[in-house]
Amino acid sequence: MDNIFVLLALTFAVYYIASIVRKKTGIILLNPILITIAVIICYLKFANISFETYNEGGKYIEFWLKPAIVALGVPLYKHLDSIKRHFIPIFFSQLAGCVAGIISVIAIADFMGATNDVIISLAPKSVTTPIAIEISSALGGIESLTAAVVVCVGILGAMIGYRTMSIIKLSDDASKGMAMGTASHAVGTAASMEVNPVHGVYATLGLIINGILTSIFAPIILRVMGYI
Amino acid sequence: MIIQCLIIFACLAVGELIVMLTGIKFPSSIIGMILLCTLLKVGIVKYDKIKGMANVLISNMGFFFIPPGIALMLYFDIIEAQFWPIFISALVSTIIVIAVTGWVFQLTNRKRNG
Repeated sequence: MDNIFVLLALTFAVYYIASIVRKKTGIILLNPILITIAVIICYLKFANISFETYNEGGKYIEFWLKPAIVALGVPLYKHLDSIKRHFIPIFFSQLAGCVAGIISVIAIADFMGATNDVIISLAPKSVTTPIAIEISSALGGIESLTAAVVVCVGILGAMIGYRTMSIIKLSDDASKGMAMGTASHAVGTAASMEVNPVHGVYATLGLIINGILTSIFAPIILRVMGYI
Repeated sequence: MIIQCLIIFACLAVGELIVMLTGIKFPSSIIGMILLCTLLKVGIVKYDKIKGMANVLISNMGFFFIPPGIALMLYFDIIEAQFWPIFISALVSTIIVIAVTGWVFQLTNRKRNG
């Protein structure tokens, strides 16, 4: 049962079933990504299969993350006009969100006693995996921990994002999408796309621009705060 | 299909080469993304040519996260030892990012409009 094609088929099957269950029930907690990760981990533990064995097939799925980031150049191009029109709000909200996110996660983790390598791994938590992993590994973090935290932050944002935004009384569509994409990258973008396609467009922008800004600011902030 | 893959992988390859040659600590995929956007803008790549492949990749991005998520099982010991710092900082910081981004956008947008 540790054949890579069996494991790949199982991954597709669990994700497919989880997506259908989510669509039928509409329960946000049943995030298909989260469910698939949990089910596959249980299966691997139960069947005594190592992650290395799983990843011989799994790496072919993860491989597509980088091309997918490049593909974001297409919606970026499509929305260049909208970016130009909203340049000031986009620029300031991205800058503020990016810096607030990095500083808050570092400060809270440090205050609660996290070790240095964990703190560095957490710093790029809001941006999409290939970007976060490249930032984390360049700065001396633990790549896989970053990957895992990024996935969890995405799911967390998708689950609590809209509730948070209604509590703090965000009203316009652009700011809602922007907040989702900035805070929880592709997973948050997918969630906001389901709510409203306009949210999805701005979430994509948030995901792209925060990815760029975090690659610039995470190393600077970590250095200024004395972690690297 | 082939030409679409060529465009995307060529952009990524240029990104990787730039990172390799200059040694800058910047994600190659972002360089590829900006390059692709530039090629579309100057008209070297046509939007209709690339949009199919791009849509497939972008709409399934969540799925591509699964293997790095499963890698979590390798770090159960670190996560167990530092579960609360990791969980609370990620949760609170995510809420902060949503609030700060949303508020600043709404405020600066409204000011400009009226």
